[in-house]
Amino acid sequence: MRRYSAFAVAREATRYHQGWERAWASPEPKRSYDAIIVGAGGHGLATAFYLGKNFGITNVAVIEKGWLGGGNTGRNTTIIRSNYLQDPSAALYEKSRSLFETMSQDLNYNVMFSPRGVIMLAQTEHEVRGYKRTAQANALQGVTTEFISPARVKEIVPIINIDGPRYPVLGGLWQARGGTARHDAVAWGYARACSDMGMDIIQQCAVTGVTREDGAVTGVETTRGHIATKKLGIVVAGHSGVLAEMAGFRLPIESVALQALVSEPIKPCMDCVVMANTVHGYMSQSDKGEMVIGGGADGYNNYTQRGSFHHIEETVRALVETFPMISRLKQLRQWGGIVDMTGDRSPILSKTPVEGIFINCGWGTGGFKATPGSGWAFAELMAKGHSPLTDAFGLERFREGRFIDESVAAGVAH
Amino acid sequence: MLILECPCCGVMADETELAPGGEAHLRRHGPGSSDEDFEGYLFLRPNARGVHFERWRHAHGCGKWFLAARDTATMEVFATYSAQTAEPPQHVIDAIRAKRPDWSLVP
Repeated sequence: MRRYSAFAVAREATRYHQGWERAWASPEPKRSYDAIIVGAGGHGLATAFYLGKNFGITNVAVIEKGWLGGGNTGRNTTIIRSNYLQDPSAALYEKSRSLFETMSQDLNYNVMFSPRGVIMLAQTEHEVRGYKRTAQANALQGVTTEFISPARVKEIVPIINIDGPRYPVLGGLWQARGGTARHDAVAWGYARACSDMGMDIIQQCAVTGVTREDGAVTGVETTRGHIATKKLGIVVAGHSGVLAEMAGFRLPIESVALQALVSEPIKPCMDCVVMANTVHGYMSQSDKGEMVIGGGADGYNNYTQRGSFHHIEETVRALVETFPMISRLKQLRQWGGIVDMTGDRSPILSKTPVEGIFINCGWGTGGFKATPGSGWAFAELMAKGHSPLTDAFGLERFREGRFIDESVAAGVAH
Repeated sequence: MLILECPCCGVMADETELAPGGEAHLRRHGPGSSDEDFEGYLFLRPNARGVHFERWRHAHGCGKWFLAARDTATMEVFATYSAQTAEPPQHVIDAIRAKRPDWSLVP
């Protein structure tokens, strides 16, 4: 693999940029692999990357039904934070956030990580108490956050209206090292690094069945033939239930649509991420100048990647009160993604009833921020059979009642 | 916007009038049941991509619960019917079969 650098740009500039090689190969699938990952989104590719980097397992295929990074990896609002309340969540998301810090260097791919800071607004007395508690919990967990006053919120976000009649700002939970990253670049960077390690990324190849023998996995049936493996990682977000059914077990997951929208681009006006959980809205400004707004999730099962209009209306109505200057912005586009919700709103990283099959799903409305940490921990689980980061996230927790209850997980209606 | 006809009051209600109530026809497992059954009742769902039976409440209307058969991949509504049923009635199954001949009710 030719490394990307300023010298490479200069070299190519002298020859009409004819020398750039393809970032990843598109090989034909082999007959068998040491490990197969289903789903070439951020989490799947990160898992493959860390299987190779941390455990030396490089005879790996990543199988994708569509194109890589074409699901929720390309549909989120790119927010990165780790200010969770429960210890297992904070450990996993903080690992992830810390991996984002050096991701561009690790992958030799600019993922445009921007630790611009994340504020979660407290707009009710209940939220004030909740976030103060979270700030204390974060201090114990080694996650740097602080509870800040309304005046400090106004200082960080000058465009905010802190005395709104319905949603006054009473304070905020501030994580200065949270931020955003370029979501597609995360998937592309991992894909390039995986391909460089000799892994096969097989796009346009749908899994149609899972073959088993004596309760252990033997491979997958795909639209491009049978591929054998002893280790199968299922990382397919909203369609996890479909894959689990092929493999013969059930999941505590329901799929719903979550929406986001962006405005027309405007000049820089807000240099951090603001989440307003009471009104189910969050907003940041992209490098292109668009205001990126995340909304609420529908309350009913849905696979249409569309979502209900009235959720957008509610989100925007409330955000306009908090940010009066956005009232005349035009909406550029809107989209929906299918998120896989678990009963406790925490993810599942687990072994399954079928030996050799591992599942990584249930990230619900907050998966992007976890991409590298999820890959790191899931690779360890697949390689060694257990990982300190995933132990609490097993499937059996639903039967045993050991929930990791994160009702604040993404600040949206779930 | 999703529009469902409330079988209790006959109003064509759009989703802002309705409150979703999750999957319909769950078999309740309470005290004394096995851990597997209880877990299944509380958490495990078919999460079908396709025909889905679900509970709704006409919250900003007559206030009554009812059930609906809907396709989660196309948003097509096959029928709405009374909540006082333990399983989908025949006319609902017929309405689904008319549009999805290959579909079968998995117990």
